[in-house]
Amino acid sequence: MRVAVGAKTILLAHGGGGKLMHDLLAEEVFPAFANPLLDERHDGAVLEVGGARVAFTTDSYVVRPYVFPGGDIGVLAVNGTVNDLAMCGARPLGISAAFILEEGFPLEAFRSVLASMRQAAAAAGVAVVTGDTKVVDHGKGDGIFVNTAGIGVVEHRFKIGPSSVRPEDAILLSGDLGRHGVTVLAAREGIEFETALASDTAPLHRAVLALLDAGIEIHCLRDLTRGGLAAALIEIAEVSGLALEIEEARIPVGDEVRGACEILGLDPIHVANEGRFVVFVPPPDADRALAVLAAHGSPGARPIGRAGGKHPGRLSLRTALGTLRLVDLPSGEQLPRIC
Amino acid sequence: MRFIDEYRDAGEARQYADAIARAATRPWTIMEVCGGQTHAIARFGIDELLPPFLTLVHGPGCPVCVTPVELIDKAIEIAERPAVTFCSFGDMLRVTGRRESLLEAKARGADVRMVYSPLDALKLARANPAKDVVFFAVGFETTAPANAMAVHLAAREGVRNFSVLVSHVLVPPAMEAILSSRASRVQGFLAAGHVCTVMGFTEYEPLARKYRVPIVVTGFEPLDILQGVLMCVRQLEAGRAEVENQYTRSVRREGNVEARKLIMEIFEVVPRRWRGIGSIPASGLGLRAPYAAFDAERRFGLAERGFGLAEPVEEEEEGECLSGLVLQGLKRPPECPAFGTRCTPEHPLGATMVSSEGACAAYYRYRHLAGVGA
Repeated sequence: MRVAVGAKTILLAHGGGGKLMHDLLAEEVFPAFANPLLDERHDGAVLEVGGARVAFTTDSYVVRPYVFPGGDIGVLAVNGTVNDLAMCGARPLGISAAFILEEGFPLEAFRSVLASMRQAAAAAGVAVVTGDTKVVDHGKGDGIFVNTAGIGVVEHRFKIGPSSVRPEDAILLSGDLGRHGVTVLAAREGIEFETALASDTAPLHRAVLALLDAGIEIHCLRDLTRGGLAAALIEIAEVSGLALEIEEARIPVGDEVRGACEILGLDPIHVANEGRFVVFVPPPDADRALAVLAAHGSPGARPIGRAGGKHPGRLSLRTALGTLRLVDLPSGEQLPRIC
Repeated sequence: MRFIDEYRDAGEARQYADAIARAATRPWTIMEVCGGQTHAIARFGIDELLPPFLTLVHGPGCPVCVTPVELIDKAIEIAERPAVTFCSFGDMLRVTGRRESLLEAKARGADVRMVYSPLDALKLARANPAKDVVFFAVGFETTAPANAMAVHLAAREGVRNFSVLVSHVLVPPAMEAILSSRASRVQGFLAAGHVCTVMGFTEYEPLARKYRVPIVVTGFEPLDILQGVLMCVRQLEAGRAEVENQYTRSVRREGNVEARKLIMEIFEVVPRRWRGIGSIPASGLGLRAPYAAFDAERRFGLAERGFGLAEPVEEEEEGECLSGLVLQGLKRPPECPAFGTRCTPEHPLGATMVSSEGACAAYYRYRHLAGVGA
């Protein structure tokens, strides 16, 4: 049997938020550009500009289908970049929008994506200030791809990122898991559930700025996108070199998502979200931080674990039965099981 | 959440674990047959709740793991033909044949689709009459009814552009192969609950008698598995060897009669080769002659190549891989020197590491610092 899955070509799994993607970044991308800001492996970089601290980030969106319950590719593109800035603790100033359109894509559909981007930007209080549009041959795209970049201003004194996590920090999760991933999977594969699930896509900067305003000492922030809660915490554990431990019973997951995950053989901690984040705070700040989150659109925020444990650089999970196991990245995207 | 949380209650799990510890007076080795059970044991750390002298070994019940490599090669060969749309369950796509996986074939341009049911593949065939739609019909008795239904409907409606690449395997013959092996150390079985939901458990009664081995039909939630272990231990301690049903909320003795009828209308029992184990007589399902038109191997001229039943199975895996022994319960994953070092889910050396349901992959994923491979 031949070894090395996909060693020579890019597979879809390289973009799935799992081990293959992690390795692609670690072995190809990070070394290609190595520098201290990039090596932080945070959602965005914070640059000094004339005495001010400016957060800068970019993200591309290739979701299929491009419209799904709770949003579309345009809403994701706006909220995703706003959220990457928010995870630097920055106040978003402006974003760019770049489109790669496939020949044959209906103009009406493009208009509707633009309209939802305008609404999402207005709701988030940012302006789309620059952009670009390209068209590719029929068959060379998937209707529409969107890239957004954003800048924001950092007005706090903290260095927010994995390297600032301290032992015993409380890990807080802003709400229930898996809504976006399960919604898009169901829409893409034509799976029908009895309940109406919708993506959780939402801008998160107001909740983060409220935490900062309340004087919460934020050590690290991370929004949970591809790869879900697990991928975010595994990376934080790796970069910080600390052990992280979470408790399964404390992790909120709605019944619809749990049911879908049970049927499909998926684990909610690996499923994508677009409106959830984790925040690391010192234990004395945890209760106050939860109250602030509850008052700013995250009533489902919960403490789910702490920095500490036996395996430095690794994430472990206390199961519902009280046993402890390590959490690893799946190879690529989680694939539904046979039986 | 109803029907989930009540089977994952930590307090009740502890009570079952205590009851098992009280019931067990000497070492016993119990095999859970199904990959879903293996996965649950690793995911919830169920074996950590058991007394150390009780050993759970993991059986061959991972359909992806036991599908022969040459069949994956055939699947890829079919998928690469022009005008073919090749459909498969998700976890089969990642398994590497001699050359590559279906996902890699897809990356090179083959039309490979992940579906959730063979009926979805049939739907694709109806909607795309110019395409030759092929479904990779793998699995145990659990997936056989849906695959049989797809062929049944295709035949009834005269859907000519639909076929199935069949690699169905059956659980009882594999259990018998394990029991009849001289090296076997299995003293009791947790039989696969969902297989028995379809087939019932009368087939297991002669096995229990012949080999003097208790067989407990068991579900997949933590409390199911713990209760199954308890029932098995009680039989072993009392010197009984019976078929008992832990999974009464899903399994009846006669199984699902309609589903069994449909399976036997479409399929017949054939010899099959099991990756990692070898060929086992009367251990699989193949299409009956009247449905030969839906046989992808015939349609694409690959039938003559057969299943390589005579080939020695050792050649299939890398030299140091012990997956055959793991599948037969003779070794536990961390006992393999390559486990977690030279063999990982990204670079699997053998069957039990390739599928997420495989015993090695489950061990690796859930606790690869805790085991011997640490």
